Amino acid sequence: MTRPPGALTRNDTVTRINHWITAACFILLTVSGLSMFDPLLYWMSNLFGSGQWARGAHPWIGIVLFVSYTGLVIQFWRDNMWNRDDIAWMKKIDRVLANDEEDVPEVGRFNAGQKFVFWSMALLIPILLITGLIIWQTYFWTWTSIPTQRAGLLIHSLCAIAAILIWIVHVYAAIWVRGSMRAMTQGYVTPGWAWRHHRKWFRSLVATGSNGPRPNVVTRETRE
Amino acid sequence: MTNYQSQNYIRISATTITPPVARNYEASMAKLIDVSRCIGCKACQAACMEWNNLRQPVGLFDGTLKNPPDLDPEVWTLMRFAEYEDDKGNLEWLIRKDGCMHCEDPGCLKACPAPGAIVQYENGIVDFISENCIGCGYCLKGCPFNIPRISEVDLKSYKCTLCSDRVAVNLEPACVKACPTGAILFGTKKNMTDWAGERVEDLKSRGYEHAGLYDPPGVSGTHVMYVLQHADKPTIYSNLPDNPRISPTVDFWKGLIKPVSLAGIAAAAIAGFMHWVIAGPNEAQPEDEDAAEHLIEAKAKSPPPPGGGGKPQRTEPVEPPV
Ligand code: HEM
Ligand code: SF4
Repeated sequence: MTRPPGALTRNDTVTRINHWITAACFILLTVSGLSMFDPLLYWMSNLFGSGQWARGAHPWIGIVLFVSYTGLVIQFWRDNMWNRDDIAWMKKIDRVLANDEEDVPEVGRFNAGQKFVFWSMALLIPILLITGLIIWQTYFWTWTSIPTQRAGLLIHSLCAIAAILIWIVHVYAAIWVRGSMRAMTQGYVTPGWAWRHHRKWFRSLVATGSNGPRPNVVTRETRE
Repeated sequence: MTNYQSQNYIRISATTITPPVARNYEASMAKLIDVSRCIGCKACQAACMEWNNLRQPVGLFDGTLKNPPDLDPEVWTLMRFAEYEDDKGNLEWLIRKDGCMHCEDPGCLKACPAPGAIVQYENGIVDFISENCIGCGYCLKGCPFNIPRISEVDLKSYKCTLCSDRVAVNLEPACVKACPTGAILFGTKKNMTDWAGERVEDLKSRGYEHAGLYDPPGVSGTHVMYVLQHADKPTIYSNLPDNPRISPTVDFWKGLIKPVSLAGIAAAAIAGFMHWVIAGPNEAQPEDEDAAEHLIEAKAKSPPPPGGGGKPQRTEPVEPPV
């Protein structure tokens, strides 16, 4: 990989691999899940070979997703802690959407939108896991009562739709903010990118002489 | 079990198109089980095994007449025995032939996500087409009577077919043929209802004042009906539901939320595309690179960075504490 001099590491190798395992699982789950969700999308089960294969693979992929996302939570939770700046940032969301970030409050490693995506998934994926186990016919159909399984199915589908909507926001943001995709494929960003989108994070790296993804010395001042 | 195209479909699971309706009249059929005439001999249970070639492995005997213990992928009908004592202290032995009720509005078919895995023929029979079944078990959750069972061998769902194969060639179901007392009858739903009316009259004249026909309206009626001595208390017949209906949870899950969700997903994708067209990508500019360069240079001129051994510098342009 050719990495320009002065580039900053946004995500190191372990994080990137972890992220793409999660992404692959999520896409496979969305395709197999939606094929069972509505007849109009049943054809998507053919991407798995057949309806039986989609049905059979889905819960196993779900378990991999859960483990994988837990890995992301461990790596990202600290940088996703909510603070007062996030509210100020949210208030300027119209400026952000208009690509005019000049009078938008400076943000740390993640902005409020990214934190929202992170925490929503951190909530939805465990719910999907639990309800998914409840409705897993092959192994668990005798574990809970039928009314519980009915509720499980309903909650599972609602949470899946919520997760898919949030995922669309996440993917679009990665396409929209140029350079984000490379931050997750090759792992680096340019200083200008960091200055423009995550200025507090950039300042904390410079202040501590770090190349990323986190400042070298975490003091009260550099934590953000 | 298999597809009998000699019968018209009126419903097909997970299908948005209209089923073929060219042959537009077939009589609605029904099986009538007269509990008051059943002697519990299980000839019907044996006939079902025989006709459908079902041989469940020998299991455990739990000391009751009910044998095997439950419905199973290889047990499509099961005699359930209940001892009931009325308020005068009289003991009654209530024997119910359990199995698929062939609802006019089938919860299994509503819940099923696989196109054509569950069909309803115009004569009312609800049938599982195994090659289309994906084994998800949604039918178990949709069923108000707890009937379908998934095989652990092939992960397909099974239940009574009402002998759709026999009915398709104008034979009565195997259980009907085997019953020695005439407690199980098969015919048009109208004939069966009329006959049940006579039976109910007879039972009433003999002191069963609450005798009646079980044809529950909550599922728009069934194509398997019971004559009950105590139609006011179906649950005494080994938990026959009082007022079966498709669960509101299932209705809601299979209802408006599906199209609304898909529309929502499409709208989110379109909104993203429109934002791209209107506002376009957000790209770091040369000025951003310059500003960043500036900060780095300012830093380079100042004392060596922390982390290299010294204490953290507190004079740097870092942001105020949170
Ligand atoms: C986290 C672990 C997960 C487990 C254990 C799990 C398990 C299941 C199971 C057992 C089913 C029933 C069908 C089958 O047996 O395959 C199902 C259905 C479904 N799953 Fe999951 N799943 C998980 C995660 C997800 C995720 C992340 C999504 C999508 C974002 C998703 C979307 C769906 C959808 C849309 C359905 C169909 C629901 C319906 O028919 O209305 N699942 N899941
Ligand atoms: S298991 Fe039941 S609901 Fe699922 S595909 Fe088979 S028949 Fe349909």
